[in-house]
Parts: sequence; C-alpha cells; structure tokens
Amino acid sequence: MSEPEAAGSNPPDTTAETPVMHPTIAAARDLLGDAVLADTVIHGEPVITVKREQIADAMRKLRDGALAFEQLVTICGVDYPTRAERFEVVYNLLSVSKNLRLRVKVTTDEDTPVPSVVAVYPSANWFERETWDLYGVFFTDHPDLRRLLTDYGFEGHPLRKDFPLTGYVELRYDEDQKRVVYEPVKLVQDYRNFEFLSPWEAITDVQLPGDEKAVKPAYWDASRK
Amino acid sequence: MTDSNVQPATDPRIRPYTINFGPQHPAAHGVLRLVLEMDGEIVERADPHIGLLHRGTEKLIEHKTYMQAVPYFDRLDYVSPMCEEHAFALAVEKLLGITAPPRAQYIRVLFAELTRVLNHLLNLTTFGLDVGAITPALWGFEEREKLMEFHERASGARLHANYFRPGGVAFDLPAGLADDIWEYTESFPKFVSELETLLTENRIFKQRTVDIGIVDRDTALAYGFTGPMLRASGVAWDLRKAQPYDVYDQMEFEIPVGLTGDCWARYLVRMEEMKQSVKIMRQCLSRLPDGPVKVDDRKVSPPPRAEMKRSMEALIHHFKLYTEGYHVPAGETYTVVETPKGEFGVFLVSDGTNKPYRCHIRATGIPHLAATDMMTRGHMLADAVAIVGSLDVVFGEIDR
Repeated sequence: MSEPEAAGSNPPDTTAETPVMHPTIAAARDLLGDAVLADTVIHGEPVITVKREQIADAMRKLRDGALAFEQLVTICGVDYPTRAERFEVVYNLLSVSKNLRLRVKVTTDEDTPVPSVVAVYPSANWFERETWDLYGVFFTDHPDLRRLLTDYGFEGHPLRKDFPLTGYVELRYDEDQKRVVYEPVKLVQDYRNFEFLSPWEAITDVQLPGDEKAVKPAYWDASRK
Repeated sequence: MTDSNVQPATDPRIRPYTINFGPQHPAAHGVLRLVLEMDGEIVERADPHIGLLHRGTEKLIEHKTYMQAVPYFDRLDYVSPMCEEHAFALAVEKLLGITAPPRAQYIRVLFAELTRVLNHLLNLTTFGLDVGAITPALWGFEEREKLMEFHERASGARLHANYFRPGGVAFDLPAGLADDIWEYTESFPKFVSELETLLTENRIFKQRTVDIGIVDRDTALAYGFTGPMLRASGVAWDLRKAQPYDVYDQMEFEIPVGLTGDCWARYLVRMEEMKQSVKIMRQCLSRLPDGPVKVDDRKVSPPPRAEMKRSMEALIHHFKLYTEGYHVPAGETYTVVETPKGEFGVFLVSDGTNKPYRCHIRATGIPHLAATDMMTRGHMLADAVAIVGSLDVVFGEIDR
C-alpha cells in the first residue's frame, strides 16, 4: 500500500491504487507485523510479500490466527531472470471457514534456500518438490525433496526461462541395444519462434523531434475548466 | 541372496517386501507407479511416482498465444475437458477486463455440469470395476457415449473440445441440441437410480469401501483436499456456492456432504452430485437467453466467417487474431473453478504481450494423490486399489 497522496497534488490514479487497505491485507499485516515487505491488490486479489526467512512462521500465524487459512492450495515458482533475486515462490492460501483467499510471495535466487512449510501444511510436500524440480528452488527442512515430474536422472530445471523449450536430450528405443537410449536433441529444422509482436507498438517510448510539443503543459487542465 | 535375509529361526521376521504397483496396471488409472512397502499383505509405506505423462504443458503455454493455449487444457484432465478450459477462459477474461455475454455464461454452466456427469460416470463405474463390479462400467460407458455426442454436436469433438474460449464459447449451440439435452435430463435420473441399485447397497461393494481410507475433517483440510474428497469428509465447501463464477449464483442446487470420510462416502457424494448436476442443467436450459455467445469485441473474438467474405476489416481482424493473437494487459490472477474433481486453478501472469509469461496449473489430483501414503498405511494391498480408485485421479492433469 502506498503512502496517501500529499494534499494539493493531482488526484491519484484510482485504477492503480486502492485508497482503503484491503481487509485481508490489513488483518495479515496485524498478524505478521514486520515480516510483510510489501502488499498489493491485483484484480481484487490480495497479495503480500513476506521475508523469506520468516515464511514458515508467517504461514503458521496465518493458519492459526484470526484469518484461519486452513488450506494451502498451491505453491508455484515464477522466474524473472532480470531481477536480482530471480525467483518468486508463490503460495496461494484459502480459508474455508471465512471464505477468503490470500497470495503470499517470497523471492529467492538459485543459491538461496527457502524454509519449507511442510510442517505447517502437509499439502506443501509435493508442491515444494514440484517447485524444486521445475525451478531449482531449494527448500530447507523438507522431509523428502526429490524431483517430482521430470524423468529419473533428469538434469536442469525446465521451467526456468533460460531452459530451451526443446530441452537438451531426446530418447528413443534402440533396436540393437534393446533398450531406450538418450541422445542430444537433433532438430531437423531450427525451432521456429515466430515473433508476432507488432513493431509499431514496441517503439512508443521513442521521442522523435517535435514530440515534446504533444505533451500537455501543466496549466492545461486548470485553464480549460 | 545376501546374509541379511537369513534370520535366526527364533526370530521369524520378514523383511519389508517392496512391490511395484503399475505403471501398467488396470487399477493404476493411467500411469501411476506406486511403490509399496509391504509387511505381508499390509501396506507400510506407499510412494507414488508420477510424471510418466509429463508433457511440459506449462512450458509450452509460455510459448503459445492465449488462444493457442486453450486446447492444452482439454488434454490435462481429459475426462472433464470443458471444466479445465473454464478456468483458463475466466482467468484471461479477468486480465482482459471482459465478461462473457449471458448466453455464453449459461452455455458454459450447462456444459460444465454435463462434463461433471461425464466425469463422475467414469470415476464411479471404474471405481466399481476396481473393486470387482463389471456391470456398472458397461452401463456407465454407454451413457458417457451419449453425453460425448452432445460434446461433439456443440464443439465438433468428443473429448478435446476447445469450446470455452476467453470471451465466450466458440460456437452457438446447433439447432435442436438444447431440446435433446433436455430430453436426456428427463431420462438420466432413472439411469442413476438403476446404477445405484448395482452399487450403493451391494454387499461386496460395501465390504470393499466402508471404513476404508478414512480421512477426518481436519486432515482433509490440512492435506489440501478439495471437491468431493473434502465434502466426503464433512466440509460443506463448494466453489460454485462459495465463490460463484458465471451464472452459478442464479442456480439452485444442494451440496452433498459425506459423514464418514471413507471410500463409500466419496462414492455417495459423487453419486448425489450427478443428480444435482442434472438439476442445474435443466435450470440452464429453461432459462437459456438469446443473444451473442462471445464478446462483441473484434480485438478478442474472431468475426463470423460470413462477415469475412464481405468485410476487409473482418478479414484483417481474423488474420491478426490467428497470427499475433491479442495482447493481455500486464497483471496476474489466480482463478479457480470447481471441476468435478475439486478446485482447479490457473495462476496466470501476463507481461502485456500476446503470450502468457507464466501459467501455473493447480492440478486437483496432486494433493489427493500425495495423501495416498497417509491413507493407505495399515490397509491391505487390495484396499490400496479401492483408495486409489476413490481418489478420482487422472494423470493428464497431475503430470501436466
């Protein structure tokens, strides 16, 4: 939640900011205090970012506190390679008794582990295994952190943005050796990634000579009234 | 044989025996590999290995436009395809800030419920097959065939429908389909009661399912159970009532809740849900309004083919939509629907381009299957089959 706009400035853009704090976020901030780093409301859905080290403790408070989030419905990773801490781990919580939802996020990178929440929510077990498998986010204190979806002996973390869509190995049944063999991927033609983004929309930020005249001066709206 | 196998005669212990259940086993419901540690015939530990049907759907969707991503959802839970599309369509609509027109919403609810019947028919009858009843499967699949004909008449495909699109549905219902579905809903309750005479009070069926795999209320919540699995444990929770989408808030139906949380309760909940689904279908059909079936915005929904033959504008729109697709404003949403198996969610992150930045699919079956270990411990091997059958797992969705 941003600070209230200073008096006398332009009216705030109401589409981007919610003037009143979302009730779920207010309650979560009461429960968690300093552990909450940021919060926002996107399409009516409350989202908070908490400190990575305190995620297990925060989850316990959210489950046992006034909000009563009995269920952890899913955990997933998101990869933003340009950020300093490239991974977001997203937890979606559901309160059956209060009919509320909350999205909790922590950020991390390839080397920094995230505390596991399996002790709080048993359902986190496979979701954390999946996040480890697909993104390589390591969870400490997880009872059984094996790969979940990929092949036995798979290398790499396929949902990272720098992992190619085709992968690195392909397999086939070898008639001579009478077994399945793994080989490097050979594409008979290059993977065709058509770029359909319109070039006209991509260069809207470029300032050409004369564009400065198209900007409305500050006094414009006041003088038109 | 190693020495560790040799036990002194005074200590006749048997080392835990490990067996592989599946992946090629009729009761493994597809490609489940269940590694069971047995003490005699008692299951001591169950370790499900999944991923044998992993196709990288989430990665593929990141490389496709929003419209090209829809068919992937049919191939997740291929037993209830339209419900999966529903979640994606609603998520994209939320990010685009559009709402499907009323007729499209009614059609979606109608077919979502038709799909629920389709799914439960498969699950209940194959569950019967797992525990030794063959006739229900033969009867149930005949009914499923009739329902899939309705799918085919609406969308052109029996299974992979690609029918619910962001902004509405692909086509309007063909003439006469609504009447035929209405006729079907009149005869269907009779079929359900016939099916019930085969299973519900059947002595063998009850011996195999009552008191097997009991999950109490708190455990079901902690393990992330949703849908019939949660309701069978006594939690009256249904997203169609609690967080209604499309026109579910105008529908009258009841939520069946189980009392015992065992395999039989899960069976009973699903059986009752089919009856409630038919009730919803009849309400949709009797109130089905006239009007368009997709949003009247050419930047999102394609123009009718007839218009493309006359209008240059329509032709350009069609070309742009099927090559570049539409751009979705940056944002993120976690949108859920109540599929026949439980809460199916799509966590969609958009970066303002024509392709999703991230599309996480919350598969319904993952928490259910993850709880197999907890549920089967201490049961006999044959009960493990009954428990897996009552979970209603489909590996297209779990493995993604």
